[in-house]
Amino acid sequence: MASQTAATVRRVGVRIGLRTVVLVYLTLLLVCPLALVLYKTFENGIGPVIDSLTTPSTQHAIQITLVVAFWAVVANTIFGVTAALLLVRHTFHGKRTLNALIDLPLAVSPVVVGLSLVLVYGRLTGVGKALAGIGINVIFSIPGMVMATIFVSIPLVVRAVAPVLEEIGDDQEQAAATLGAGPVQTFRRITLPSIRGALAYGVVLALARSLGEYGAVAVVSGRLVGRTQTLTLLVQERYQNFDQQTAYACAVLLVLTAVIALLVSRLLRPKELKS
Amino acid sequence: MSIIVRDVNKSFGDFAALTDVSVEIPSGSLTALLGPSGGGKSTLLRVIAGLEKADSGLVEIEGKDATTLPAQDRGVGFVFQHYAAFKHLSVARNVAFGLEIRKRPKAEIKKKVDELLELVHLEQFAHRYPAQLSGGQRQRMALARALAVEPQVLLLDEPFGALDAQVRKELRAWLRRLHDQVHVTTVFVTHDQEEAMEVADSIVVMADGKVEQIGSPDQLYEAPANDFVMSFLGPVTTLDGELVRPHDLELSTEPRPGTVTAKVTRVTRLGFEVRVDLEIDGEELWAQVTRGSSEQLGLVDGQTLFVRRSAPVRAAAAVS
Repeated sequence: MASQTAATVRRVGVRIGLRTVVLVYLTLLLVCPLALVLYKTFENGIGPVIDSLTTPSTQHAIQITLVVAFWAVVANTIFGVTAALLLVRHTFHGKRTLNALIDLPLAVSPVVVGLSLVLVYGRLTGVGKALAGIGINVIFSIPGMVMATIFVSIPLVVRAVAPVLEEIGDDQEQAAATLGAGPVQTFRRITLPSIRGALAYGVVLALARSLGEYGAVAVVSGRLVGRTQTLTLLVQERYQNFDQQTAYACAVLLVLTAVIALLVSRLLRPKELKS
Repeated sequence: MSIIVRDVNKSFGDFAALTDVSVEIPSGSLTALLGPSGGGKSTLLRVIAGLEKADSGLVEIEGKDATTLPAQDRGVGFVFQHYAAFKHLSVARNVAFGLEIRKRPKAEIKKKVDELLELVHLEQFAHRYPAQLSGGQRQRMALARALAVEPQVLLLDEPFGALDAQVRKELRAWLRRLHDQVHVTTVFVTHDQEEAMEVADSIVVMADGKVEQIGSPDQLYEAPANDFVMSFLGPVTTLDGELVRPHDLELSTEPRPGTVTAKVTRVTRLGFEVRVDLEIDGEELWAQVTRGSSEQLGLVDGQTLFVRRSAPVRAAAAVS
């Protein structure tokens, strides 16, 4: 009896201890800073917030952010579904390598991604010159920023879609084929509706990641104010120039978008991935 | 001939799934591909359907070379063991799928779907989703879906394999009746000899990727080509080192020409039939007799009997 009670007490003790550690950790690192940003933003009411969000440079940054994120998400949606189909439905040489490559962006620092893009597409390189010759500037302009954003968000759609493709198997696709459907019809009528939830989940995650990307975009964009400045870059630049009101307002905007994306992704998360 | 398969080979890595398989399936027949699992029967069916590509050999469907034709152009209906229901489509839309692909007019599709749902007794489930159906209902839906496109041949891969025994029996009888109604050349895969014997006009026995024998259920049962076919198609026991059907053993209380002396080790009554376990010089065998002859013989454990084969020796059985 006594030892049983002691064991129970110990168990409860461990539980409370673990909880305390996790809560203190999250409070110090996440809750406090975010709360402080929120407080600082609305310190002087809503007026200054609206003012700083409607200045031409902020508006421009929002626009650039949306454009870059849009193209990155479009590209990664197409690539993600294709790569997932390739990985799940086909066997080929180099499959394991491809699998590993897709996860690479999670491990590589975005700054390194940015630098490597500059090395390949920079104005002084062969590729960069050739592209500039036909009127396409990659580095210090939108194409490079889109590429950097694509790179950092590559795994998100693939990793959301692949397990669901695995789960549904290829029976339905084969059945569609025997009923006369070609590959495109089968994809559109059978595969796509089956992975819809997972795809939406992946797209929302990729969108959130794209909107918030800083490091890689910072390197390739050249941070040209009013030209290649995204929202995250604007936050950094304003903060350093002592325009904290704008920095905070834009930060809150980014946080808000992230929270909405998180909520939407929770709703869309396919059952198969729910724990 | 509706389907001609000639010298087809197919391997998966080192595993030879089909070795020089040749089969001809007459128009309008109901044929079973029978054999143990891993014997190559599903692979053969999938090669016919175009879901699997043969390494070599020829597949002809209704007189047309289909060897290199993709599945979508072969005009076959295929029914999968696990139904392969389109989960996001209603029962009616599932059945309509092939017709929608073929861009048939809406009115025609609706009429055809209604007809087929009636044929498979699912008319009141038209607006349900596959998840709301039982296994048997899903399989009937899959069958209606395959029939909708009026296939030249209907291929069923262990169609009742995932169903429980009761439903399985019902669907079997139903498939037989359906075939008598629809007359489409049908091939189904099964590892259940009873299912094959009950449903099929002709049976192709396969093992280890090869065809062992082709014939009607009676032919295979009465004149099996080898010991494998004989033991796969029905119960067997051994007398004098040769395979024999237990119901082909003649038991008597008096010695007769060609009989050997046996001791009864156990008598089991299974309703109408009686199973008699025997021992001849320490070698075990068993005989199957009717209740009437069991009573005539006055069978009891430990009794001495005289045994001989009642049917002529099977030439094939003696070969190996």
